[in-house]
Amino acid sequence: MAAVQETVDRVKAIDVDQYKYGFETVLETEKAPKGLSEDTVRYISAKKNEPEWMTQWRLDAFRRWQTMVEPTWARVDYPKIDYQDAYYYSEPKNFSGPDSLDDVDPEILKTYEKLGIPLREQELLAGVKTSKVAVDAVFDSVSVATTFKEELKKVGVIFCPISEAIREHPELVKKYLGSVVPASDNFFATLNSAVFTDGSFVYIPEGVRCPMELSTYFRINERNTGQFERTLIIADKGSYVSYLEGCTAPQRDEHQLHAAVVELVALEDAEIKYSTVQNWFPGDAEGKGGIYNFVTKRGDCRGDRSKISWTQVETGSAITWKYPSCILRGNGSNGEFYSIAISNGRQQVDSGTKMIHLGKNTTSRIISKGIAAGKSDNTYRGQVSAHRKASNARNFTNCDSLLIGDQCGAHTVPYIESKNASAVFEHEATTSKISDDQMFYCMQRGLSDEEAVALIVNGFVKDVLQHLPMEFAVEAQKLISISLEGSVG
Amino acid sequence: MGADVKPLRTAAEAALIARFQAAANSLPGDSATGRRRTEAFDRFEKTGLPTRRIEEFHYTDLRALLRDAPEPAARPDAAVAATVLAHNAAFPAPLAIPSLDFVNGYLVSQPPAIAGVDIVALDAALAAGDALTGRIGALELAQDNPMLALNTAFMAEGAIVRVSKEAGDAGLQLRFANAADAPFSSAPRVLVIVDDGASLDLIETHAGASGLAYQVNAVVEIIAGDGARVNHTRINAEGDAAQAVSTLSVSLGADVRFSSFGLTTGPAMSRHQIFLGCAGEGADITIGGATMLRGRQFADTTLTLDHAVPNCNSRELFKTVLDDESTGVFQGKIIVRQHAQKTDGRMMSAALLLAENATMNNKPELEIFADDVQCAHGATCGQLDDDLLFYLMARGLPRKQAEALMVEAFLGEPLEFVAREDVRDNLVALVEGWLAARG
Repeated sequence: MAAVQETVDRVKAIDVDQYKYGFETVLETEKAPKGLSEDTVRYISAKKNEPEWMTQWRLDAFRRWQTMVEPTWARVDYPKIDYQDAYYYSEPKNFSGPDSLDDVDPEILKTYEKLGIPLREQELLAGVKTSKVAVDAVFDSVSVATTFKEELKKVGVIFCPISEAIREHPELVKKYLGSVVPASDNFFATLNSAVFTDGSFVYIPEGVRCPMELSTYFRINERNTGQFERTLIIADKGSYVSYLEGCTAPQRDEHQLHAAVVELVALEDAEIKYSTVQNWFPGDAEGKGGIYNFVTKRGDCRGDRSKISWTQVETGSAITWKYPSCILRGNGSNGEFYSIAISNGRQQVDSGTKMIHLGKNTTSRIISKGIAAGKSDNTYRGQVSAHRKASNARNFTNCDSLLIGDQCGAHTVPYIESKNASAVFEHEATTSKISDDQMFYCMQRGLSDEEAVALIVNGFVKDVLQHLPMEFAVEAQKLISISLEGSVG
Repeated sequence: MGADVKPLRTAAEAALIARFQAAANSLPGDSATGRRRTEAFDRFEKTGLPTRRIEEFHYTDLRALLRDAPEPAARPDAAVAATVLAHNAAFPAPLAIPSLDFVNGYLVSQPPAIAGVDIVALDAALAAGDALTGRIGALELAQDNPMLALNTAFMAEGAIVRVSKEAGDAGLQLRFANAADAPFSSAPRVLVIVDDGASLDLIETHAGASGLAYQVNAVVEIIAGDGARVNHTRINAEGDAAQAVSTLSVSLGADVRFSSFGLTTGPAMSRHQIFLGCAGEGADITIGGATMLRGRQFADTTLTLDHAVPNCNSRELFKTVLDDESTGVFQGKIIVRQHAQKTDGRMMSAALLLAENATMNNKPELEIFADDVQCAHGATCGQLDDDLLFYLMARGLPRKQAEALMVEAFLGEPLEFVAREDVRDNLVALVEGWLAARG
């Protein structure tokens, strides 16, 4: 069954040549010398006023990175990246950690206004929005503003740029940084460990339910610059936080590198909900330009009954290499992964997740929808594993893909590994698995076979998107209506 | 990573390289065949024995598993061959179907003439430059496989079978039996050509003496012409210390009905790889498998199915039952090429873990480039349902018996793929025997 017309139109509406965020902000910037060496690493560390232990940590990572080889196992194809032909640090000129928004270059503020990101707290309060979102705005290599810091402080929540956290909360950073994604984890994570610039740090104290959504908005602006952000979120016992991440970049002919690391730690009974709308510049229809997005995201359900949930809507980037994972260490912990990846033009997506079941009675769920159009390739690559002691582990995986046109490709590469008899894993990749009862119910009420399937499947997709926080619902709206009719499994 | 690093040769690899250098000139065939051998061996030598670095061997490190490469056995004389065959039958009840018999990898007997079926020994065909030898190893899909290349490099023992339409509903057994005083290796190769419109039931059985650490690298190729019908059944009941690598390479013409079923139960280590390519439209393909493992057995089934042309249907169903500390692997890959519209492919792998320390690895892959197709795959992994077990035990069945009943039902589904009743009865008997041995 081929894709229905409605779906084709919807996907076209977000095709690569429709990219809305491709404008550039003209700013004078100060950059690190081009190229990558120990000096670059020291330069970045000095720029961030980091203590000596942090500089050493970065240098160790850099030395290790030099011995590593770029991985080639993913189904993505790109010319060799010249790591010496890029800038690793870029900040707006005369930028010195503004105390208030009035100190921020109006051009930058305008940029965020154009992107629709509210940076002024009073505007927010005066606005029609009823729920509040605290925003950390990262512009190239620096965080330009973090809102609602004071209000969050009252309940003990720490929400600040990671460079500030390294200076002001070294005990927390020392304890958790690199504990989920070690500095030596993989080629791109190690590179990030050496040269990461900004990103967000979140600490939710014991028993606190974070009173508002936290979010970070990443913007790459400067030409020829890579962005290497690092995010660390710690949810202490019994706490809850929902965190959103958004990203865009100007339209350019060159490829830019984005290698981020995100680490989540959930202690006993804590819950972290992490949502991403990834909309980096995807390149043009001919594959010129676009962001190379090599991201390592991993959550550690360290405490019993903890929960980590990843939700992602992926529409941007020339290349996406991203596998948000959960390590289910605590007994009874729970991991979830909901993903919609749409590729157009010559985009290449290789994305998926890992659910590593280590503790007893751990559960996980994976729902992935891939839609490929144009000349793109869309791969789901996922691993589910149960270790010897993971008794009663449960996993349910459902990954569907849809092809629009005969120039694109959809691929599914699941690895399902069970070392425990009581673990129950189910993997399916088809829309025909709709239960007969549901079909019967719909058809009995006069729907045709096809209508019934469409109704049930669309209901199912909405169910996935329901996991996105309200604030992202608007952006995701057009994706919600994409029907998965004609899915090829 | 570090792909450029040249690995040190293991003892097994070094032995194979030395053996090829010594034997290259004495292996049968003309200079063209010689070149093919050299090319194949070069391909093997480039990678060596496959390791986990090769994605197709992600769960099966043959470099670590095949520690040595014992010399081939001597050709058995007629009396020895008869004894080995008599004592190493895979089937409890012999079939009344003509058979080609192999002992320790050597072709020892051919059936009396069958109308419409031509059989020629492989070494003779190679030495005589038989035109059919040109059709050996033609399937592009399997070209890069190092174990197949290794077999090609050394091929000598085996047969070429050609079945024409005149044969009617032909049946043929390939019986491989192994027993010797010392460990040995063998690499038999059989090419079966089923002409346009012809029909064949092919039953391939492998059995061997227990306690003997022999190695097999067997290859069976099937080429089915337009409108042909082939039912293939394969039993791997090798000895409990054997290491068995096997390849089934199939290329199908238009409107072929093809089914293949494999039962694996015997060897300490097995790797069965199936390559299937559709060259003509309208083929209907069914591939099934049942694997029963215990102790520390290891079994890998790897399937690559290439839908290169439109309008083909395929169904794959694999079931694995794992007891004790055994390990099962299933890797299945369905490729749908750009112009292969209206393909309908469905693949399912289910595993049942009967013991705490059993391991199952599933990798069902889809690679799709056409937009008007239906493909689905599923994989499950779990233990026996407690509720069902309770239901049966509440009705007075002892636990083991209730378990046996459920396992038999679980394996029953793919067994249905076997059309011939006499073969299926034997398979059921093997399953029952395995369950009875659980105690």
